[in-house]
Amino acid sequence: MENIRYDLITALPEMILLGMAMLVLLLDLFLKQSNRIAIYSLSQLALLIAAYFTFTTHAPGVGYAFTGAFVDDAMSDVLKLMIYLGTSLIFVYTRQYIQLRNMFRGEFYALVLFSVVGMMIMVSGQNMLTLYVGLELLSLSLYALVALDRDNARATEAAMKYFVLGALASGMLLYGMSMIYGMTGSLNIADINHALMNSEKTHSVLILGLVFIVAGLAFKLGAVPFQMWVPDVYEGSPTAVTVLISSVPKLAAFAFVIRLLVQALPTMAVDWQQMLMIMAVLSIIIGNVTAIAQTNLKRMLAYSTISHIGFVLFGFMSASINGFISALFYIASYVLMTLAGFGIILLLSRKGFEAEKLDDLKGLNQRSPWIAFMMLIVMFSMAGVPPTLGFYAKFTVLQAALQAGFLWLVVFAVLMAVIGAFYYLRVIKLMYFDEPQDHHPIQAPMDMRIVLSINASALLIIGLMPQGLMSLCGYAIIKSLS
Amino acid sequence: MLEYFLQHILSFAIWLPIAAGVAVLFTANDNKPNATRWFALIGSIASFLVTVPLYTHFNFADGGFQFQESFQWIATFNINYHLGVDGIAIPLILLTSFTTVIVVLSAWEVIEKRVAQYMASFLIMSGLMIGVFCALDAILYYVFWEAMLIPLFLVIGIWGGPNRVYATIKFFLYTLLGSLLMLVAFIYMYHQTGSFAITDYYQLPMPLNVQVLIFLAFFAAFAVKVPMWPVHTWLPDAHVEAPTGGSVVLAAIALKLGGYSFLRFAMPIAPDAAHHLSGFMIALSLIAIVYIALVALVQKDMKKLIAYSSISHMGFVTLGFFLFNNLGLDGAMVQMVSHGFISAAMFLCVGVLYDRVHSRQIESYGGVANTMPVFAAFAVLFAMANSGLPGTSGFVGEFMVILAAIQVNFWYAFLAAFTLIFGAAYTLWMVKRVFYGEVANQHVAVLKDLNKREFLILAILAILVLALGIYPQPLTDMTNASVTQLLSHLAQSKLGVVSPVGTGL
Repeated sequence: MENIRYDLITALPEMILLGMAMLVLLLDLFLKQSNRIAIYSLSQLALLIAAYFTFTTHAPGVGYAFTGAFVDDAMSDVLKLMIYLGTSLIFVYTRQYIQLRNMFRGEFYALVLFSVVGMMIMVSGQNMLTLYVGLELLSLSLYALVALDRDNARATEAAMKYFVLGALASGMLLYGMSMIYGMTGSLNIADINHALMNSEKTHSVLILGLVFIVAGLAFKLGAVPFQMWVPDVYEGSPTAVTVLISSVPKLAAFAFVIRLLVQALPTMAVDWQQMLMIMAVLSIIIGNVTAIAQTNLKRMLAYSTISHIGFVLFGFMSASINGFISALFYIASYVLMTLAGFGIILLLSRKGFEAEKLDDLKGLNQRSPWIAFMMLIVMFSMAGVPPTLGFYAKFTVLQAALQAGFLWLVVFAVLMAVIGAFYYLRVIKLMYFDEPQDHHPIQAPMDMRIVLSINASALLIIGLMPQGLMSLCGYAIIKSLS
Repeated sequence: MLEYFLQHILSFAIWLPIAAGVAVLFTANDNKPNATRWFALIGSIASFLVTVPLYTHFNFADGGFQFQESFQWIATFNINYHLGVDGIAIPLILLTSFTTVIVVLSAWEVIEKRVAQYMASFLIMSGLMIGVFCALDAILYYVFWEAMLIPLFLVIGIWGGPNRVYATIKFFLYTLLGSLLMLVAFIYMYHQTGSFAITDYYQLPMPLNVQVLIFLAFFAAFAVKVPMWPVHTWLPDAHVEAPTGGSVVLAAIALKLGGYSFLRFAMPIAPDAAHHLSGFMIALSLIAIVYIALVALVQKDMKKLIAYSSISHMGFVTLGFFLFNNLGLDGAMVQMVSHGFISAAMFLCVGVLYDRVHSRQIESYGGVANTMPVFAAFAVLFAMANSGLPGTSGFVGEFMVILAAIQVNFWYAFLAAFTLIFGAAYTLWMVKRVFYGEVANQHVAVLKDLNKREFLILAILAILVLALGIYPQPLTDMTNASVTQLLSHLAQSKLGVVSPVGTGL
């Protein structure tokens, strides 16, 4: 009895959020369109309550629940809080956009909340099946969200692509898991690690299983050579969904990699290090070079995401605590940047106008100096120019890789960062050096403007004082992994 | 109160102009540009006054770092907010804060669109550049060094000429590439020492091959900034397209960041590599001095000509550094400060003409002296200074470096001395074509002479150029102790006591 109680308390935030998501779905049936705002408030409240319980039940140790299939450690709590925060920002940024596009319905909020539950399970999963279930809950919600704007052919196409490729990746992941299970006799992360520690040599089936797992992970992260879906889905989805796909799920994917590779298969680090290295290098090349050719802002940011993932993999391939902390720091910074970036696209769009072409940014400085300045910060941050947050993200990852001895790869990465800087600079050029073509007034609710301003300013402020975020990431990783 | 101020004077010097810039940005009203201009001027003058005690309270006998401040900034990586200056940095800081006042004045009624953003960019840039000269922590230095690119990028891109986008993106990417390699070097040394303190790096022994790589990483960053041949090609483009203020800051200060950084980082951190590669560095410097001077000779665009002349003069600075003697280093310092005044003045002169005729081409002018006699007098003075006439500051630095070069190798001095001929040739030929002769065309015929504001700016610079030319003693007194200390550090080998482990080198 005591056990069940503990299990339930450990998973309390997940259950609350799940319940609230159901409530949203149910309540939606009884609301008129004019009262739908209640659903928005309820969703924000759900995140707040979940955050409250995650925060108050936080304990410094590592707690296992559901016979070891679910874990509550520092990393899971920190990541969950980041996910709540990110999702809450997404709700604020997307409200007007979906209102104007007839997507302001209960389904949107319920699906986002379901995806959040999926992410939380991915973050806390300590068993391959738990992890897989979390991943599928997230993925299925996202597929549906991409297609939420039913009459939009582009979005439907994107959803189809996303689904087919996503299902394939899930299949690969499962196949890899089954091989690991076959060789170790367990699905539990800790047991797999134990079994592998005690075995003398690495069996080739294990390597094969690892290849499939890494391929599945790479697909979910959007790393080259499994990146094909990223640009199409980013471009095709309604921006309100792109902002979700591109941001918080990466936090969950981070935890996924940590659980599967670092906690379950540390004995095979030499093998997955090599795979990650190749993917990192390719991602950085293809992401940065291809982004230069884009004229669509969302597509450009998609390629930029691919290159950012390459940098995150730099942190992972260092295979050290230092490396994992830096990868987490990079992901957290990336999420903050990408939220602000897509937030600005959402801010500039209006009914019948998506603001997704690069040329739509022309002369923004003359239309609104403040919005242009926020975008400037986001772009310099993505390019990794100090004093913005993005610089410290690149800095931490590069120092971890250098510590692991990858000197020439680091030199390569910084050369690629220069190529990357070009297309970010081009955005700034459009905003500051060109004359505006579009003279519509920019309309956005005040709460969105304020939250977005805080979000973008945070890139600069954390850039000036990055110690807090670094300590948080260090705390999350050190408490959970050592 | 005064005590507190003196303890934190460097922070004030950095953050006052930045705060003033931000304040200008937020209080600006585009309908009242004059208020913005006055605000910016007061901010820049206050920022200059704050740096004056650096001179008056400086201990000339001490070659180490003074006015130090330090507190922990990023504990995870042992990064500190550590500031301090020596005799090498202070003249450049004073030059920076002074130039900012000049830039604000020079933009007065010339810049009409987005005045607040223009003024704010320069104020913020000034603070960031002072930060570069003050930082004693590698990452703090790097943050200032890179952040300074952002306002300059915007200044060239927003207020620049027709080809500004190409020029400013080229400028940004060139400098970014070099800087990132330097960052890798910093991280490498961090893993060796566990700290980002520059003074710790000074003590770090490294084998020659590592030192050479580190030196080359620094070289990539600094040679681009100086700029040295063959990575100078961004500078003429940037200068031509930049507004007058941008050109002034680029020539007077931004180039000095590169020169200063050689003294602060590349040479003392990798002294053996510096000696090892000194032949290479001297060769590049001499190519810049001779070849670039010849390139300057054939320019048709006045700004381009002065840009090439800047590269040629900066060749003297790097030549002076790598002679490894007191006279050479002192001469290089004098040359840096003097070039700051002269190049600023030359670009301002071009700006005066450009504001009236809207052309930078030499052939658009002729006989300007007939319509603008006062201006012509100033321009001829600065041209003389640029070609190194004794009695002007341009002479002192070049003469010292040539003397120092003779001590090392006669042929170095022989080649370097060519600049006195070529420099005079390209500068005076330009002056002849622009100022003398018959009034060339309608535009020149209706030119109005300097107004009070322009007169004031040029007069101040003229006084400084002459003062430094006649009595450079205060400047060399200031740098001397630090230069001596630097040379004694450079004379000690740092070759491998400890060999680095697990670095792939």
